[in-house]
Amino acid sequence: MERRTAPLYHEGITKQKGNMRMKRRNGLVRDLAQNHQLLVMFLPVATLLFLFCYLPLSGLIIPFKDFDFQKGIFGSDWMDPLFNNFDYLLSSDAAFRAVRNTILLNVLFIAVGLVFEVGFALMLNELRNKYFKRVTQSLTFLPFFISWIVVGVFTYNLLNYETGAVNRFLEWIGAGPVDFYSEAGLWPIILTIAIRWKVTGYGTIIYLAALTSIDNSYYEAASIDGASRWQQIRYISLPMLRPTVVILTLLAIGRIMNADFGMFYAMVGDATLLFPTTDVIDTLVYRSLRQSGDIGMASAAGFLQSVVAFVLVLSSNYAARRIDRDSAIF
Amino acid sequence: MLTRRFSLSQAAIGAIVLLFSLACLFPFIMVVSGSLSTENDIVNYGYAFIPRHVTLSSYKILLLGSSRIVDAYIISILVTVIGTVLSIIVNGMGGYVMARRSFKYRNVLSIYVIITMLFSGGLVPWYIICVRYLDLKDTLWAMILPPLANAFNMFLIRNFMMAIPEDLYESAKMDGASEYRIFFRLIAPLSVPVLATVGLFVALGYWNDWFLGLMFIDKQELQPLQLLLRTLVSNVEFLKSSSNAAAMQQISATIPSESIKMALTVITIGPIIFLYPFVQRYFVKGLMVGAVKG
Repeated sequence: MERRTAPLYHEGITKQKGNMRMKRRNGLVRDLAQNHQLLVMFLPVATLLFLFCYLPLSGLIIPFKDFDFQKGIFGSDWMDPLFNNFDYLLSSDAAFRAVRNTILLNVLFIAVGLVFEVGFALMLNELRNKYFKRVTQSLTFLPFFISWIVVGVFTYNLLNYETGAVNRFLEWIGAGPVDFYSEAGLWPIILTIAIRWKVTGYGTIIYLAALTSIDNSYYEAASIDGASRWQQIRYISLPMLRPTVVILTLLAIGRIMNADFGMFYAMVGDATLLFPTTDVIDTLVYRSLRQSGDIGMASAAGFLQSVVAFVLVLSSNYAARRIDRDSAIF
Repeated sequence: MLTRRFSLSQAAIGAIVLLFSLACLFPFIMVVSGSLSTENDIVNYGYAFIPRHVTLSSYKILLLGSSRIVDAYIISILVTVIGTVLSIIVNGMGGYVMARRSFKYRNVLSIYVIITMLFSGGLVPWYIICVRYLDLKDTLWAMILPPLANAFNMFLIRNFMMAIPEDLYESAKMDGASEYRIFFRLIAPLSVPVLATVGLFVALGYWNDWFLGLMFIDKQELQPLQLLLRTLVSNVEFLKSSSNAAAMQQISATIPSESIKMALTVITIGPIIFLYPFVQRYFVKGLMVGAVKG
């Protein structure tokens, strides 16, 4: 490093005697020229992020426009009155329902997920048979690898009215078939079960890693003091897991306004009867955009979602950072 | 001594873990069994663990009778392979640039990348940009380019590369190697663990993706496998509009709708199930890396 930059250093000194502004500009130009290879290597990333992340940001003005696809984002006329799309959105029952469903369902998913993942990690950690532990861990991790579309097919296999396995079972015990695809009230539970089925094994991995990293001497000391296994879990394992739990939960709360579109679309799809409990912001925006073509309403909903999500992500990350510097995303 | 004292709770925990593991496996077995069953058995007896009468007719119809499935398979493979290769190169180079400590502008570029994790324009502007301005509608690129540059993956790669001693870069530079050469010949081979992990996650993402297809692909012949599966689930009859409907008729007079859905599901998840035992540990490793610093 030193040897290579030595001549440049001398050059810098010579320049210092001359015009200061000149020197700084030359410095920048020279830096860029010198590093042009690195900049070229960054170019694909820079371009892709610009096209698919930065350009869409300019689209945040769409809800304030009377959007016309032909005229484009900037060519379209301003909305008159400016907040018309928002007034329309906020007065719609569907939007209120979608916001409510998004938040309530996410709270449900986060809470149940936490209990299941920590609980399952603790259980796996208690298992003494290595082989059994490895096989069960592999099996529970497997569903993470398939798409929600396939999970949707599985769910349909289990729940459909004529041939579904669950309905067959209900018939067998004499409880009669249930038409699940018209019972909106059951779907928060069904979706929770589906998520737990799909990602419990995945979510457990991080907690299990935290558990295995706990120094064994804590447990040894505790058992010498006569602590039972339950007491050891209560007073050693759980407190040691706390930072991981808090941080993962905070980061999940940061995304509370964003529903997993893939899951809702694949599991519920166009089953309108289920919308009272399962229509979320993302599916509402999608339908307005692709099916009813109501870009004004879709963009207004998306705008509010983006702004709230931004504030939530920043604050939850700030909180996570305060607890543990290394766990924050940035 | 300890083991005996808690054998009861050990057994209870083992039972719970076992039950949950079997529950995770159960739907897979049901789908395979359904795909091998005759339509009559499914309609009369529902889905079962073991097919009453084994038949391969739904697979025959899918693979021989309908060119759509083969087309969709090719599309999915193309998207996965091109997407994964490009992703490793693009994000690898991005991570490399951000990992160069002696590079003066690496922090500026890092911020440029981090911002994309914070702000999002949302679905509507993203869709309009892709369709109206970038003209991606009904192209293969629509399923590859939008998620290609990924901030999270890039930081994962960057963090790994930052652990490589800076002297290595510098000595290579002094030997007159260009940055491209240093990356492709020196750093990339040293970073195979992280590049492989990222590549596997990306490949899984591309294979399982149907959202981009749903947004941008209206042309039937460009539909990826996952999207075709969804179309088939809601409407089996569309297979009849396929080009070789006649060949299909020869195999079976009526389309066995239920078992054919199962057969396509098996075909869709087949590669994943097949590769799962080999790649699983890399995913676990990748998660650990991500957990240490997300």
